Order: sequence, then C-alpha cells, then structure tokens
Amino acid sequence: MVLVYTEINKGKVKKASLEAINYGAKIAELTGSSVTAIAINADATQLEEIGKAGAKKILSVKNDALSTLDSMLISAAVEQAAKAEGAKVIVFSFDITGKAAAPRLSARLKAGLVAGAVDYPTVNGASLEVKKNVFSGKATAVYSINSDVKIISLLPNSFPVKLGDNAATIVDFAVDLSAVNSKIVVKEKKSTDVGGMTPLPEAELVVSAGRGLKGPENWAMVEELAKELKATTACSRPVADMHWRPHHEHVGQTGVAIRPNLYIAIGISGAIQHLAGVNGSKTIVVINSDKEAPFFKSADYGVVGDAFTIIPKLVEAVKKFKANQN
Amino acid sequence: MKILVPISNVPDTTTKIAFTNGDTEFNTSGVQFIINPYDEWYALVRALELKEAGKAEKVTLIHVGLADSDATIRKGFALGADDGVRVDAEGPDAYFVAEQIAAYAKANGYDLIMTGKETINYNGSSVGAMIAGFMDLPLVSLATKFDVEGNKATVEHDVDGGTQVVECELPLVISCAKGMAEQRIPNMKGIMGARTKPLTVIAATGSDKLTNIKSYTLSAGRTTCKMIDENNMDELVNLLHTEAKVI
Repeated sequence: MVLVYTEINKGKVKKASLEAINYGAKIAELTGSSVTAIAINADATQLEEIGKAGAKKILSVKNDALSTLDSMLISAAVEQAAKAEGAKVIVFSFDITGKAAAPRLSARLKAGLVAGAVDYPTVNGASLEVKKNVFSGKATAVYSINSDVKIISLLPNSFPVKLGDNAATIVDFAVDLSAVNSKIVVKEKKSTDVGGMTPLPEAELVVSAGRGLKGPENWAMVEELAKELKATTACSRPVADMHWRPHHEHVGQTGVAIRPNLYIAIGISGAIQHLAGVNGSKTIVVINSDKEAPFFKSADYGVVGDAFTIIPKLVEAVKKFKANQN
Repeated sequence: MKILVPISNVPDTTTKIAFTNGDTEFNTSGVQFIINPYDEWYALVRALELKEAGKAEKVTLIHVGLADSDATIRKGFALGADDGVRVDAEGPDAYFVAEQIAAYAKANGYDLIMTGKETINYNGSSVGAMIAGFMDLPLVSLATKFDVEGNKATVEHDVDGGTQVVECELPLVISCAKGMAEQRIPNMKGIMGARTKPLTVIAATGSDKLTNIKSYTLSAGRTTCKMIDENNMDELVNLLHTEAKVI
C-alpha cells in the first residue's frame, strides 16, 4: 500500500500534493498495490480533487492541532495512518512540510528515505530505485531504498499534474496526538504578499531580475512582464541584500531553489550560487547587456542588449501572442 | 546552555564535479572541501553569537566522517567553536549520520542542536529533522532568526506563503537558513587556537544501511544557447511557445 501525505493551503489542495498523489498512484501501479491519501482538515471539494488526482481511498483527518503543520504532529498523524493501512511506501512532497516531516518519520519507522526524487522509481526485487538531484543540481544519483517501509519525497514541479474522473472512498480517520510532546507555540504569522502570484516554489513561470536593473524603482516593467505571462517575480541575491526586493523573492543557493518550466533572468550575470538554485528550470532565457555574462552558457535562449528597451518589447510580444491565441 | 552544531564536509561550491569507479563514487581527487555553508554561516555563526552574548556556555561541533575531515572541523574551531567530536565512520545516508549525532547528543545532554537547512552535496534537508525524530524533540525548520531567554527560545522561520514566529522550550532542534547570521572570516587568534582545541574521535553505533547510492550521472549541461536579436522579441515568444512549449 502506498500512502501519500497531502496538504491544503489557502483553501486549495497544494499543487505539490496533487503531484505527490499522481506519483503515489504510479508507484502503486508499479508495485501492484493501491494508493491512499491522508488529508488534513480538507473539505468536500478538496477531498474530491484529491480523488481526481488518483487516490483510491482518502483518510480524512479533522484535527485543529494539525493546522499549525508542526512536523512533529504531522509526522505522528502520518505514522498512525501508515500503521493502520500497512503502508510500505510513504510519499511526501519535498516542500516545507515534507522536508521536516518525512525525515522524522524515517527516523521513527526506520524507513529509508529519498528526499527530493525527480523521477518515478524502478522496482528491483524488494528495493525501489529512485533518482534525485545531488551536488546542487550538477548531477543526479540513483538511490536504492532497501528497508521494508520506504519513504520518498517528490521534488515539486517534476511532473505535470494529471486529474482524472476517479472518485475516492473517503474514510474519517481519527489520530491520537496525546503522546506527542510538541512544545512549539505559534505566536505570530506573517503572510508574504505575493499579489495573487503563485508562490515561487510552485511557480511554473518565473521572471527574475538582478543588479542590471540598476534600482528598485525600475521593477515596474519586470512586474508587468510577469503579469502578462502570469509568472511569479524573483530576484538575485544582491538585489535582496540591498533591499531592492523582499527576501522571499531571492532565488539561488542561499535563497529559494526553484525549477519552473520557464525562468527568465534579466540583468543577472549567473554566478554559480545563483545557478545552483535555478538550473533545474526546464527552459532558461537570459537577457543581459554583457554578451560575456556566464549565464548565457547555462541558458537555452539569450538576448544581448539593454534590459530597459528589451523588456517593453518582450511585454508587447507577449501581449501580441496572447491576442493571437484567443 | 550547551549547543551542538553538526557540520558536514562538502566540496567547495565552485567544484567541478566528477565521478569514479564506474560512476559509483564521487571523485574527491583535487577537490577542496569546506564546512557546508549553511552549517557554517547560519548555524555555527549564530551559535557563536549566542555564546558571545553570554547565552551559551559552550559550542561543540560534531561530524560523521573519516580522518580526512579533521581539517574541516578545525576550520570550525578557528571560527570559535570550543571543541569537536568526530564519529569515525563514513555513512551511506542521512539516516546513518543523524543516528550517530542523536546517539551522541542523547548521551551528552545538549539544549540546542543547530543544523544548516541542507547540505550542498546531497541536498536532502534531512539530518536535522531526523535527529529531532531520533530524540523525540521538536524541530523548527528553516529558521531565519533565533533568540533564547532562559529556557525559552523564540524562532522566526519560513513557512508556506510567509514566515511565522514560534516559541518553544528547550531542548530543541533547529535548521538554519539565510537571515540567522552573517558569514565570518576566522581571525589570526582563532586560527592559531584551532590547532589545540580538543577533537574527540568516537566509534559509530549501529550500521543501518537503509539506502545506498547505486550510480551517479552528471547533469547534461545546456550545450547551446540560441541567441535572439534584441529587436525580435516576437521570435523569442514564438520559440517559447512552439519549441520550448513553456507558454
């Protein structure tokens, strides 16, 4: 049995969770078993969507204590579900919760973990072999998971989400958290205002700019391009460090690591630390006035020239393209 | 308060990665090793700041690895860590490493364990959470600010869609991200003192091999960058639609 942890964020099932269910369904197919999802405080619409992503059964947990997403509590809930269902494979997304709860569960269940899988596993006897990125994207490694219970967390945006017409059997599942000794008390939540944009870790299209933009007052055109593309805005480290842009927009090795379908980098030279956070992007476009900028070596498409004249032209081209699509 | 900082020994960020033995092992030949940047800049430096502020008595480094990592541990001494422990074993995965660190921490009583948010070689973000799991301690992940008064820690950390401030009684495990502290350069006094600070070598416990790496493959770099004229953005948009199929 494959168990998939799913999460609701801002009233919707997280895209990363839908990907994880699709992934769990594929593992179930490969191992000749079935896939069950665990859903925390999900409503009927959300449960239906989890079913459409391929879960045959959903353990619906209603428990206010879990709404803080404290990894100690989440891990305990998933552990109880895994034991009740006899799960042999447990799937998380390699997102903020998955990075904290999956390793804890690995320690608790003595279950081998591959954190950040990028492809479907292959079955080799009693083992599963799973590929993940290593050396900050410079290489991949195939791990063999040899333990009886196996845990895999899936790197977000590795596969497109597929929704079908599957309807899951929904079962209420009560978890007992009385033995969990979490002392974490949430005092304050600060929501990052992204103006309706998809959060960076989940974004499929990202428009990013660096020092080449010369100052924070010049970001309006970057935002306009992002808006036309329905993309999320990002920035390089120096730009965040100089407070031209908020820190949550910083992509790169020390900031957020992303792997969108399209990454447009404007006025970013392409330092190795920046590349380490974005080189998983499927397509990279680099716009830079310096034709020797190292980023061109890691790009699919390059434009040499002045960002201040190119961005408006690109915005117009996108508008024209969209008009032709309709 | 006693702080334990697990550190990983990783190839320098700019290393050209290569593999050996039929692509089953990382080729360490000619590679410069450093303390994993997140362990050093964020976890260790913040731990040292807490000590300087009189909030911690001692900062101990722990590393799971063979004798060739001793130089990296001593770099941590040069920055200001008081002493260090090396578990003399090469672990196959994060589980093994975390199991060793948790066993040591349990036996020696630490109030705070501070890891980096991930290592730059295996990128698993797992060891801190696993240590918390083995020790049945709370974890605050992706901490960007940390302070402690008496037995109560206040931590700001990244969550989906924003940040959150939490309070937690010690003992506690935190994984540290950007914002915790600023990178430091060791001074001459630190470098001189590093040679004589105590580094204890202990044997590993257990030999679990829940996972192992079968093979490595270098990521295919982008071979050609198609250059587009700056006056032809229609072509770029068209290529993104028809060739790259991303819009």
